[in-house]
Amino acid sequence: MLKQTEGSKAVAEAIALCRPEVICAYPISPQTHIVEALGEMVKAGELAPCEFINVESEFAAMSVAIGSSAAGARSYTATASQGLLFMVEAVYNASGLGLPIVMTVANRAIGAPINIWNDHSDSLSQRDSGWMQLFAETNQEAVDLHIQAFRLAEELSMPIMVCMDGFILTHAFERVDIPSQEQVDAYLPPFDPRQVLDPAEPISIGAMVGPEAFMEVKYLAHAKQMQALELIPQLAAEFKQVFGRESGGLVRTYRAEDAETMIVAMGSVLGTIKDTVDDMREQGHKIGVLGITSYRPFPLAQVREALVDCKRFLVLEKSLAVGMGGILATDVRMAVRGTGLKGFTVIAGLGGRPIPKASLQKIFLEAEEESLEPVTFLDLDWDAVNKQLERERQNRHSGPIAENILHDKGMSSAAKFG
Amino acid sequence: MPFQPVKFYQTGTYTVGNRLLGQDERSEQANPQRSNSINSGHRACQGCGEALGARYAIDAAMAESNGQLIAVNATGCLEVFSTPYPESSWQVPWIHSLFGNAPAVATGVAAAMKVKGRSDVRVVAQGGDGGTTDIGFGCLSGMFERNDDVLYICYDNEAYMNTGVQRSSATPPAARTATTMPVGPEPGNVFGQGKNLPEIAMAHGIPYVATATVADLRDLEYKVRKAMKMHGARYIQIFVPCPLGFGTASHDTIRIARLAKESGMFPVFEAEHGEVTGVLKIRHKVGIEEYLSPQKRFAHLFGKHAHPETVARMQAIADRNIRKYGLLDEEGN
Repeated sequence: MLKQTEGSKAVAEAIALCRPEVICAYPISPQTHIVEALGEMVKAGELAPCEFINVESEFAAMSVAIGSSAAGARSYTATASQGLLFMVEAVYNASGLGLPIVMTVANRAIGAPINIWNDHSDSLSQRDSGWMQLFAETNQEAVDLHIQAFRLAEELSMPIMVCMDGFILTHAFERVDIPSQEQVDAYLPPFDPRQVLDPAEPISIGAMVGPEAFMEVKYLAHAKQMQALELIPQLAAEFKQVFGRESGGLVRTYRAEDAETMIVAMGSVLGTIKDTVDDMREQGHKIGVLGITSYRPFPLAQVREALVDCKRFLVLEKSLAVGMGGILATDVRMAVRGTGLKGFTVIAGLGGRPIPKASLQKIFLEAEEESLEPVTFLDLDWDAVNKQLERERQNRHSGPIAENILHDKGMSSAAKFG
Repeated sequence: MPFQPVKFYQTGTYTVGNRLLGQDERSEQANPQRSNSINSGHRACQGCGEALGARYAIDAAMAESNGQLIAVNATGCLEVFSTPYPESSWQVPWIHSLFGNAPAVATGVAAAMKVKGRSDVRVVAQGGDGGTTDIGFGCLSGMFERNDDVLYICYDNEAYMNTGVQRSSATPPAARTATTMPVGPEPGNVFGQGKNLPEIAMAHGIPYVATATVADLRDLEYKVRKAMKMHGARYIQIFVPCPLGFGTASHDTIRIARLAKESGMFPVFEAEHGEVTGVLKIRHKVGIEEYLSPQKRFAHLFGKHAHPETVARMQAIADRNIRKYGLLDEEGN
C-alpha cells in the first residue's frame, strides 16, 4: 500500500510484517522512532505474539537478542553511533555464535566531538565484526531490505545490519509502498533455527574453543558471507517476483554505459550523485554511478565488473579511516587491483555536513581532469583547519580543538557574547 | 585398592546422613534420577566450592522445574572448567555469551519462552562475583528492575579466580590478591565501602533474594527450590571458597565456608520483596581469627609482622553483620 510516511515508521511497519518475536529497545537518535513505533504496536496488541523489552543499554539490547535468538525467537533491535559501539562486544558475539539477528543501524557519526547527524562511521567500524551489512538508498529500499534481511540472516544463520542514513532517511517523509502481510508471509517463512536451546534436546552453545578449531569456526563465518554473495542476488530476484519491484542485490549501476568516470558510493547520497550525473550527462560528460548495497559481504567481482571498462573512478564515502584515508575506497581499490585504473577518494558528509550538488559537480569535474588529490575532503574549511594548526604551533596549551574551531567560526557563545 | 575409611557422618557438621531421612526429605543429590546437570569429568580444581555449589543448585533447579530448564553462564571459572573443547559437562541446554551480559541473555531466553508459550521452561543465569558484582552489574540491575523471570545465581569466591586471583568488588578488606598485594603499610585489599549485592538486589524489591554457602548444602537446595517456585527476578549468592585464591587446603572448602558463616563474615539469610524473612543463625560463634588464619590470602595479618588492628577491623565487620541480621539467637551463644 502506498503511503506518505516517515522512514522510521515505514521500517517499523516492515519489521512488524516480518513477525518478530522479541524486540529490544534502547533509545538513541536517530533510530528511536523505529522502536517507538514497534513498541506502540506491541502494546496495542497489533503485533503479537511479541515481547518488547525496554533494556538498560545497547549492550543489554544485543545481549537480550542473543538470548532470545538462541532460544529460537526471531529477534530484532535497532541502534546507531555510540549505541553500536557500546554493544560491540555483543555484536561480535552474536556473529561468532551464528545467531540470525536483524538490526537496523540508523547511521550516525561517532564522537568525540559528540554529533548526532549522519555519516557511516558507526556501521563501518563494525566492518570485520562478522555481520552482513546492507545499505539502503531510499526509504523504500530500507523497507524492502529489512524483509530480505530476515530471510538472508535465517538462511545463513548469521546476523545482519540494515543500514539507513540517520535523519536523511529515518526522518524523511516520502512515498513508500508498504507490502501486505500476505506478500511478506509468502516471502519469509517462520524462523526455523539451526541451533536452539531446548530442554528436550540439551546442547551447549558458546563453549570455549582453543587453537584446535578456532580457525575453522572463523573460516566458516567467512564462507557464509561468501555464500551470501550468491544468495543476496537470488533473494532480490525472488523479492521482485513476490513484491514486483527491484530492491536489494549486491551493487547497482546508473548511466554506466560508456562511462569514463565512475562515482562509487553507498546510501542516500546516491540520489544527489545521480542528479549531479544527470546534469553532467546532459552537458556531455561520460560519467556514471556504482551504488554498493552489500558492504559486507563486499562484492569484489561485481565492483570490478562495473568499473573495469571506465578510465577512472571516484569513491565518495561518509567515513574516514583516520591516518589512512578511505574505508570503502580501500575495498574498491582492492576490487580493481591490477587494472591500472586511476582512483580518487573523497571523504564527504562527516557528521552531517551537507553534500550539495554544486560541490559534487566541482569535484567530479576535477576527477575527470584527474587533477584531484588522491584523498580529498569535500568542502573542508581550510581556514578553520589552518588557524587551529597555527594556534597549536604557537601555544602549547592551545585548548580543546572542537571548541576552538566553533569559536573561530563565530558559532560559540563566547564568540557571540564575549 | 588403597585403604579408604568409610565415614557415615562428616565430623563437626550437623548434616544428617540421607539414609536417616525420609524419602521426601532427602537431598536431590541422593536421588538416583537426579539430572546430573553438570556431569563428572569437568576440569574444576580439587576442592572447588563453585563446582559443588553449581552442582547442588542446578540439580535442585532441574528437579523443581521438572527438567525444563535453560542455563545461561557468564564467562568465568564455571564456564571454562565445564566446557573444555570439545567436551561439555552440561546436561541442560546451556549458553555462554560474554562476561558481563549473562542476566540480559537470560532475559532474552525467558522472553523467547514467553512468546512461544513455554511457561513450563524456566531460566537460570549464573556467574562468579566478578561477572556479577562488577562487569555484569548493569545488566543484572536492569534484569532486576524489569523483574524478568530469571533466577540469577552468583557463585561468590571473592575475587577473579579464573584470571589468576585479582581483586573484585566482592573481595574483602585486607585480602591478598594479585592486584592487592600484601606489601606496604596497609597490605592487601583496601577497606572500602564494600558492595553488598544481596542488599542491592533487595533494594530492587525483587520477589526473592537469598545467600547460602556450600557448608550447608541442604539450605542451598531449599533456597534454590523456593526460588524456582516463584516467578520474576530472583537472586541467590552462594559463598564458594576457592582453594587457589583463598590459599586453603582442598579438603577445607566446606570448613572455610562454615567459618565464614559462623564468624558472621558471610551472613546467610533470605528476603522477599526487599524484606529479610529469615536468617540462618550462627550455631557456634567463632572469632574472626579462626576464619581468617587458615587462609593464605590473610596470612600477612598474622605471625611475625602481624596486623592485629586490621584483624580487629575485620572483627568489627563481622560484629556489624551479626547485629544487623540478628545472626545470634537470644542466648547469644
